[in-house]
Amino acid sequence: MRFSGWRVLREGLSGNKGWGPHWRDPEPQAEYDAVIIGGGGHGLSTAYYLAKNHGMTNIAVLEKGYLGGGNVGRNTTIVRANYFLQGNSEFYSHSLKLWEGMEQDLNYNAMHSQRGLINLFHSDGQRDAFARRGNAMINQGDDAVLLDREGVRKHLPYLDFDNVRFPIYGGLLHPRGGTARHDAVAWGYARGADQRGVDLIQQCEVTGIDIENGKVRGVQTTRGPIRAKKIGIVVAGRSGQVAAMAGMRLPIESHVLQAFVSEGVKPVIDHVVSFGMGHFYISQSDKGGLVFGGDLDFYASYAQRGNMPMMEHVMEAGMTLMPMIGKAKVLRSWGGIMDMTPDGSPIIDKTDTEGLFIDCGWCYGGFKAVPGSGYSLAHLMATGEHHAPAAKFRLDRFRTGRDLMDEEGTGAQHNLH
Amino acid sequence: MRIDCPFCGSRDRREFYYQGDAVALDRPAPDAGEAAWDDYVHLRDNPAGQTRELWHHEGGCSAWLVVTRNTVSHEISDVALATSAKGGQA
Repeated sequence: MRFSGWRVLREGLSGNKGWGPHWRDPEPQAEYDAVIIGGGGHGLSTAYYLAKNHGMTNIAVLEKGYLGGGNVGRNTTIVRANYFLQGNSEFYSHSLKLWEGMEQDLNYNAMHSQRGLINLFHSDGQRDAFARRGNAMINQGDDAVLLDREGVRKHLPYLDFDNVRFPIYGGLLHPRGGTARHDAVAWGYARGADQRGVDLIQQCEVTGIDIENGKVRGVQTTRGPIRAKKIGIVVAGRSGQVAAMAGMRLPIESHVLQAFVSEGVKPVIDHVVSFGMGHFYISQSDKGGLVFGGDLDFYASYAQRGNMPMMEHVMEAGMTLMPMIGKAKVLRSWGGIMDMTPDGSPIIDKTDTEGLFIDCGWCYGGFKAVPGSGYSLAHLMATGEHHAPAAKFRLDRFRTGRDLMDEEGTGAQHNLH
Repeated sequence: MRIDCPFCGSRDRREFYYQGDAVALDRPAPDAGEAAWDDYVHLRDNPAGQTRELWHHEGGCSAWLVVTRNTVSHEISDVALATSAKGGQA
């Protein structure tokens, strides 16, 4: 089944009775060439690129709940490539290029909207830092425009420019940054993988990883044992528990990050705006809801909900930056489980067990990485070689201290990112 | 979330700074080797359930506390002074 304008029109005229399920619901087979643990955005895109780029179609994605029910279904949907450090810079640049071709590639409307992202700055020092970041982005081949105060005013006239604590000096505009429909990204990759023969197996929790003589043999699941020559662990916040099944401890602590959505209002915020000094960022969904969030709650948590202090802090920061949103009512808030690494950068690597791979540590920025992460992990699993844009996402960088990627420059320590 | 400080009583979470897993109390010897230091600085059990953490009452009495907390429910079952948890060493 392909989507097209013509098809939508035809279905619209015939009561929408011609649409079928987007993917099969297969029974797990006894053995696969490769198994991906985790049916979130990263796991589904890994399966898709294994099938599409490497011809591996005898594979399965095992998901303990439903497809796209984790962080990919509960984030603030921002897509950008504005990283500074080597390692991150080339990876996110590659990922953004994949985003730009994704909807055509998947034949699926992910509502990717490159509406521009503006990071605000409020001092001379911060302006220098953002000018430097913008230069790094341009060096990487991406786009960045340093805006002065009047430049920001043209884009965002509704900000409180004269705030005494954080007067707006300017902003760094990343025109190719934007948002996407988060669920659709998971669904698009799921459908694309399924069409290429990948078994997407839901309600199938992995309970053990079988290892013999240092080689991975398969997994134990709530739907029986499944043998596999290669296994990828792609479970975000749950990485610690799944890795423990293979006897591993990871440099990861899972934290809660909250986000909020207001009632739908008329279009007022055309960009993604981030107010780093106040720990606040916001965009407006196509439905009209203001989608915003702030920083971590800063304690380890698997609760998928946060506490009041951070909620209050986010609301205060929003009111400081753009008092006009004050009358919008908050409809809902939620928390996601963030797999935080000590340096704030991710991991795509082999493990000490042959055939076992891990993709984790996306911290609070995994959504924009969905295409790039799957592309690079698929490359690593299929060829045994690190994919160039993700070649620095090594697990051993913490042990050796070499090639740490600490974007914030605060140190590679757990509670600092 | 409120934390029951042994000195100050039940106080708002905002008064406390979260340091992380209480592994920080078990600092290895300087020459313990790369693996021991990797364990100490980076690797974590990261349990979904009961965990022992270090919190600092920075907005109160400044005591370092070992908090036993459930990461799924946020329930706090025990709070002790880090000095006593370490056997009296400061």
